[in-house]
Amino acid sequence: MIEVNRQGEVWVFAEQSEGVLNEVSLELLGKGRELADKLSVELASVLGGSDVGGLADELVAYGADKVYVADDKLLAEYQSKSYEKMLCELIGRHKPQIVLYGATVIGRDLAPRVASAMKAGLTADCTDLQIGDYEIGRGKEVHKDLLLQIRPAFGGNIIATIVNYDRWPQMATVREGVMALPGRNGKAKGQVISEKVKISVEDLSLEILERHREQKKVNLKSSRVIVAGGAGVGSKDNFRLIWDLANCLGGAPGASRAAVDLGYIDHDHQVGQTGTTVRPALYIAVGISGAIQHCAGMSESAKIVAINDDPEAPIFGVAHYGIVGDMNEVVPRLIKAIKSKA
Amino acid sequence: MPYDCVVLVKQVPDTSLVTGNAMNDDGTVNRAALPAIFNPEDLNALELALEIRDEYGGRVTVITMGLPKACDILRDSLYRGADRAILVTDRRCAASDTLATSYILSCAVKKLGKYDIVLCGRQAIDGDTAQVGPQAAEKLGLAQITYVEELVELGKGSITVRRSIGSGWEKVKGKLPVLLTVMDTANEPRPAGARRMMQFKKAKSVAEFGKEGATEEQLAELKAKGLLIEQWDLDDLEADLQWCGRDGSPTKVHRIQSVVLTASGHKKVEPTEEGIRGMVHELIEDHTIG
Repeated sequence: MIEVNRQGEVWVFAEQSEGVLNEVSLELLGKGRELADKLSVELASVLGGSDVGGLADELVAYGADKVYVADDKLLAEYQSKSYEKMLCELIGRHKPQIVLYGATVIGRDLAPRVASAMKAGLTADCTDLQIGDYEIGRGKEVHKDLLLQIRPAFGGNIIATIVNYDRWPQMATVREGVMALPGRNGKAKGQVISEKVKISVEDLSLEILERHREQKKVNLKSSRVIVAGGAGVGSKDNFRLIWDLANCLGGAPGASRAAVDLGYIDHDHQVGQTGTTVRPALYIAVGISGAIQHCAGMSESAKIVAINDDPEAPIFGVAHYGIVGDMNEVVPRLIKAIKSKA
Repeated sequence: MPYDCVVLVKQVPDTSLVTGNAMNDDGTVNRAALPAIFNPEDLNALELALEIRDEYGGRVTVITMGLPKACDILRDSLYRGADRAILVTDRRCAASDTLATSYILSCAVKKLGKYDIVLCGRQAIDGDTAQVGPQAAEKLGLAQITYVEELVELGKGSITVRRSIGSGWEKVKGKLPVLLTVMDTANEPRPAGARRMMQFKKAKSVAEFGKEGATEEQLAELKAKGLLIEQWDLDDLEADLQWCGRDGSPTKVHRIQSVVLTASGHKKVEPTEEGIRGMVHELIEDHTIG
């Protein structure tokens, strides 16, 4: 761990694979900028890899004041031990107060290892990050300007705000799409700092024999319209109605975790905290009760239509239009209405 | 060549069945109001360990940290085929976050001495953090392979697995010992065996005898029958208390809010053709669709 360091920078781990930055790192720079400004400190990004210096400008364009680049052949492929060592060494050297990671396969593999090695705190899958104070014993002890790490917990039934006031850095992971992508400013100026880290061949404990990338079957993030079905759809056969409605709107079919768990549709279509976070122009939720984890992934949609036979379903709380009724009647009527206007 | 596997498991509240009284007034979780289950992906980790043992030999040891009630999942592990089950229980474990938990579990694994593969479920359904596995690996000084979907090869001191990388997969090879976190897609956990259920249904840990405790004779009898679930506390683990429980947990819960999505004036649309047509018309008017 490092001592509490109020002048410490806000850091974003820049995740890259085969020379391409993961978009979640850029999204985090947007949030990181906000946090750094609030704390009046600089925003820095840490970039590891081999021959990746060219990506530093991109990180600056998305808001980083500084980019620490650890360029090393041994960092060419992501591996948990080598990247853990790199980050721990740089954190020890520069003592940032906050470190943010994308909650990707890499981020979720790396961040806990760094937290363990640093004996520092880590909160997974935050849906919001703020700066605020933490009081113990009615003001007896006040810790000012901490990172408030906000996430749904316990199956989405509660929202917990987590702090780490003494064993820094304060670290959190955030899923892709949760934070909005900031605008790119190609004229932005930033400092690019080359860093040496002690990594040896022994730190590469795994051998990657084969890698196979699949195109995602659906790109929810870029869909203008999403029609999502939940457990209330009732069966895989009935889910056909969701596809039909999505097709007639030129949209993509989405689903709640419950619908995915029931096997109605595959995980690529899942919207929510453990799926994809989306902000489409129109989101139609059919037979979705509206657990907070689902809502966390879609509540910023421009227009939300909820269709559910239970008038008490929480989904109506985030909806702009609510239709209480049997989806088997409502959805075909909706399709008919849309087709007749087109 | 036999391989000794250690499986780290957790008893979790069934978060899919949360009802109104699941939360206490102070914002903590009323665990008593929820059915407690074997964390689903930990069953996949156990299954993988059992498959390795069935193929290559060796022993499967299951460890859980929790209240005495967590012996339910240890018994379940024995029913499914585990060779040894250990309960780590101690009041001083209370309020442990993932870092403190991984420290305590790593002490328990170290106490076992020899092992080849440590397995965990990818994540637990009560927190979905997926942190304890990698943190335990770091504390044990092990390489980790997360998101394991399939065992490809085991032999000559190394293991090859297929792991998910989100949009795709990769095959990786690592030296033993290693820690794996296992996905629900890896296998279909075997059910409890009827004969083993008869054999182990009376297995019990000392903590389950309650305040009165067990008599010497009771313990001796259980032990003689191989039905005494081993129980370790933090002293047995020689754990450094500064890294356990509340003190050992850097993350603190600042605030808990129950989720009440307020019915913020949405427009009620009648489920009739006319009502729906009206809504579609509005969505076209404001260029949401069309």
